[in-house]
Amino acid sequence: MTNSIEDILDTDAMFIIGSNTTENHPVIASHMKQAIEKGAKLVVADPRRIEMADYADVYLQIRPGTNLALINSMIHIIIEEGLEDKEYIEKRTADYEDLVELVKPYTAEYAAEICGVDAEDIIKAARIYAKAGKAGIFYAMGITQHTLGTYNVMALSNLSLLCGNIGKASAGINPLRGQNNVQGSCDMGCLPADLPGYQKVMKPEVIDRFEEAWGAKLSSKIGLTLSEIMDGAADGDLKMLYVFGENPMVSDPDLNHVKHALENLDFLVVQDIFMNETSEYADVVLPAASFAEKEGTFTNTERRVQRVRKAIDPVGDAKPDWMIFMELMNRFGYEKQYNNPSEIMEEIASLTPSYTGISYERIEETGIQWPCPSKDHPGTDYLHKDAMARGKGLFFPADHRDSAEMADTEYPYILTTGRVLYHYHTRTMTGRVDGLNEKVSESFIEISENIAKELNISDGEVVRVKSRRGDTETKAKITPIVNKNVVFMPFHFADGAANMLTNTERDSICKIPELKVAAVRIEKIV
Amino acid sequence: MIKIIINGTECMVEEGITVLQACRNMGIEIPTLCYDERLRAHAACRLCIVEVEGKSNLMTSCSLEVYEGLNVQTHSEKVMRARKDLLDLLFSNHPNDCLTCDKSGDCKLQDYCYEYGVARGTYEGEKRSLKIDMTNPFYYYDPSKCILCGKCVRACQELQGTSAIELNGRGFETHVGTPFELGINKSTCVSCGNCVSVCPVGALMPKRSKYIPKTRIWDQREVRTTCSYCGVGCQINLVVKDNNIIGVKPLNVTPNNGLLCVKGKFGYKFINSPDRLKTPLIRKNGKLEEASWEQAYAYIVERTNEIKEKYGSDAIGGFASARCTNEDNYLFQKLFRAVIGTNNIDHCARL
Amino acid sequence: MRNVNLTIDGINVTVPENYTILQAAATVGINIPALCYEPGLEIVSACRLCIVEVEGVNKLQTSCSIVVQDGMVVNTETEKIKNARKDILQLLLDNHPNDCLTCQKAGECLLQDAAYKYGVVFREHDGARKAGKVFDNSSPYIIKNDTKCILCGKCVRTCAEVSDRQVLTFANRGFDTKIAADANMSLEESTCVSCNRCVAVCPVGALLDRRFSGKARTWEGQVEEVQCKVCEYGCMFEVLSKNGKRVAVRAKKPIVGRPLCLKGRMTTEFLYLDNPDTTYKKVDGKFVEASWEETMGLEGILEKLLKQNENEKIESEEK
Repeated sequence: MTNSIEDILDTDAMFIIGSNTTENHPVIASHMKQAIEKGAKLVVADPRRIEMADYADVYLQIRPGTNLALINSMIHIIIEEGLEDKEYIEKRTADYEDLVELVKPYTAEYAAEICGVDAEDIIKAARIYAKAGKAGIFYAMGITQHTLGTYNVMALSNLSLLCGNIGKASAGINPLRGQNNVQGSCDMGCLPADLPGYQKVMKPEVIDRFEEAWGAKLSSKIGLTLSEIMDGAADGDLKMLYVFGENPMVSDPDLNHVKHALENLDFLVVQDIFMNETSEYADVVLPAASFAEKEGTFTNTERRVQRVRKAIDPVGDAKPDWMIFMELMNRFGYEKQYNNPSEIMEEIASLTPSYTGISYERIEETGIQWPCPSKDHPGTDYLHKDAMARGKGLFFPADHRDSAEMADTEYPYILTTGRVLYHYHTRTMTGRVDGLNEKVSESFIEISENIAKELNISDGEVVRVKSRRGDTETKAKITPIVNKNVVFMPFHFADGAANMLTNTERDSICKIPELKVAAVRIEKIV
Repeated sequence: MIKIIINGTECMVEEGITVLQACRNMGIEIPTLCYDERLRAHAACRLCIVEVEGKSNLMTSCSLEVYEGLNVQTHSEKVMRARKDLLDLLFSNHPNDCLTCDKSGDCKLQDYCYEYGVARGTYEGEKRSLKIDMTNPFYYYDPSKCILCGKCVRACQELQGTSAIELNGRGFETHVGTPFELGINKSTCVSCGNCVSVCPVGALMPKRSKYIPKTRIWDQREVRTTCSYCGVGCQINLVVKDNNIIGVKPLNVTPNNGLLCVKGKFGYKFINSPDRLKTPLIRKNGKLEEASWEQAYAYIVERTNEIKEKYGSDAIGGFASARCTNEDNYLFQKLFRAVIGTNNIDHCARL
Repeated sequence: MRNVNLTIDGINVTVPENYTILQAAATVGINIPALCYEPGLEIVSACRLCIVEVEGVNKLQTSCSIVVQDGMVVNTETEKIKNARKDILQLLLDNHPNDCLTCQKAGECLLQDAAYKYGVVFREHDGARKAGKVFDNSSPYIIKNDTKCILCGKCVRTCAEVSDRQVLTFANRGFDTKIAADANMSLEESTCVSCNRCVAVCPVGALLDRRFSGKARTWEGQVEEVQCKVCEYGCMFEVLSKNGKRVAVRAKKPIVGRPLCLKGRMTTEFLYLDNPDTTYKKVDGKFVEASWEETMGLEGILEKLLKQNENEKIESEEK
């Protein structure tokens, strides 16, 4: 997030796109509702009529995979009506002309056709966003898990810059991170091209610095992404995989492919708190301590580094992950010892510019939001306050394209996936809580009344869902939340797994798979 | 700033605040059962009454704004008598079961009865006796213990924004309920438990599950930490008894300001699940068998070196975890980069 | 000493041969509830709550008094035992006031703990309750409330441990049985020296430290253990704080060689408390207000010390 969670309370308008906030970030949704109560306006764009739509001044039920057309059209309308922040564009941005040029064809009518919504509503949405003094954009995987994912994000950035909403309190563009420490694990350099603090492995000066600090020779060759690692394993180029705290056998797209990849490995190490679908294929399984059994920090979606504290002893022989890695390093002959995670944080701070000022001592009471470049820096509640981190804010316009897979006669429905309130990711945790299972016990597919009639399916009936990658059986749930040919499945369940169906086709830039759009067919089981 | 007099002491306070806030700022404790700084003043419990010069009635300090020259007594004899009477009335219609009540030790009504020396309810007569709502899987509502402060209803509406519950019925029959009295589980309730967190007495209580030992509040301890579900990073206290996590309480600090969702509040039972992995496992003859850490480490080192020698470091990859700490992830990528020698590290940020 | 092996609740236990079942169970983390058992005091098996089933023995056995034997098989939480304990607790509660709401003992009361564990609650009944003079607040140090007394006798036993005390005894018979000070006197009239040994061992709210009462609930605030600095015995006290203020001192349970006394407790109050209450001493069977010097036995000495301090100060200022 460029901005802070508490900031939301003072916002004038919110644009939620591709985020089912009440189910995935309930506490942020509560803050949003409080803001609405205080008078903030709300625009929601989502293929499903999610709960936040009930609170919206404008709700746009767009077709999956048409975000970019919608955003470009909003930009078109704002420019046409002269609602852009001219002074801000002049002072703080560059390449504005490219944007003006690109969005020319995106009239409300043109986008309405692509997105399947009313042109009038797009205009209303654009006006609400542009006329608000402080307007925040909130998005999640509904924006990123597309072949156009990176362009979608850039389009939101374009929209935000256009109205001067970056570098302003209670505004900004705010990706809502789905997992407790996605932000932190990225910050820590668990990315193929980035060392801690997004320092690129290709840069010799970066490698030099880390080689000196770590006393080891480092590779400057960009590594493989998650999906590439899976492909490598399937092709036999990658021989060994070490997975910790993750369950690709449920969370990754195209599970048949994943299964094949895991089986093809020479050596698989899985480190987790439970046996899971992935560890069934492991050669070694290591028992890890849960978050309640170790010290450390998480970095939340607003970049706040917060303490995790040990409340109980690890169960059985389980050990904190950091300790396992340290002991393993030592056995490989790398001698570094840490007595406590606070010593690891000291090393992180010494090598990561945005974490320089962070120490356990300082975050004892309240977490600090990075960037925190020095020991007396208070942290940063919103980014780009006086100037963009990189100088001027660049517009990166891009054209809408169809998703990799569109509905056709063979696979006439568009499947989109997501989470439900009562479960989390692959259910390794929530699946063990009785009450949560009582609330949502099994996989389902949301279909509209029309589809149900078309296929003569009744509510609760088990149906077979097929895509070009695989098939699965799940229960039909007839609901007004979805319309037209859109269907929805939660991806939590290994039984009736949505990811048997999803598409591995990736965004060309950041390699995110298009989990939100897959063409499927639904069959009645007779 | 304006000048007011509290208990004979002149003080300068900010305009627009309430007498209650002014007192708290000065370190004067005023008892309240229905007040919450995040909610609109409700003045239901009447316990925060104070004596205001020039007014014949006692005024509720939670709803009374300060004004120039205001002169209040917060603990005068008249005030103390009235508070005692209020507590007496409340306890007269409350089960006398602190002996075994799970809220005992963390109950506002109990605290104030102790402080004001109200040992029992002296108003004899009928006690409210309504059905307990057990329909929700995570918590229950016992109307006989409810003091009708309305905090739960207001938290559900004003903070959580769900408005699942309301005050139903009239007079003696008033209770917290849902539309058409269908039970909490058939309402719009999302089981966030924020009502449970604000309840000052034992009316809204978490249900105990079979994994959770029966314990008293004074046998428990609390450890502050960060919730491990989504990216909001809610600040919580884990409630601990022996080596078990038996509850979660939200903290009223940024970023969650005292709120949680169903997973954060009630989704902790996996921690002490009997299914937890407790020992390293090594696959032998196709089966995972228990092993020591030394065996597991040695095996990993041996196999890694073999593969590295034969195929090079880039034939090895690692998936880091967006679930684990910064320190865990930092060491993981350091292990891969500095020790194994590859940049093949990624994690599920994209999923 | 020889070790013996036995099985308790399915767990194999090896303990020295002189251990009781209750002690043996504790070594493996099984806490058998007991109200009258106190390590270091004579075993009386009065409360009957520690009953267990021993295989081959028909009747329930009190685990506080039965010594372990090789091959013994013991169960501590069978339905039969639970039911018996519930009955015992119910009978105790029937003659006990229902005032955990404000009772100073709440939170560390063994009767409350056991009732909670076995789900026994107060019930309405029209049977007899303790009557007569049941409340003794003649002492500024101890509140003695016979309505809460469960007659476990721990106070009598601990008082008898110190030869020059031996103040408390059982008086009367049957339903009228009570704990009396000397010849049924009030604590003030009696030879009680307010050492508070009895208060420290009382499992319920029958004997309470009066100076601690009303200051804080047992679950509030912090407890700090301190050792008495008055004599070489080094008795242990607890300093209790609430909201950052040290509000009360109370005696920890006495052990052999650490007998507890009023002087030690008051000196600890004086040393640690932010705002200690007035002290009292007994003169001819009457409590009268006393100065801190008197209470601590420092008459004249304090003045000397203060004066010395003053002199040193003047000297240093002159320098």
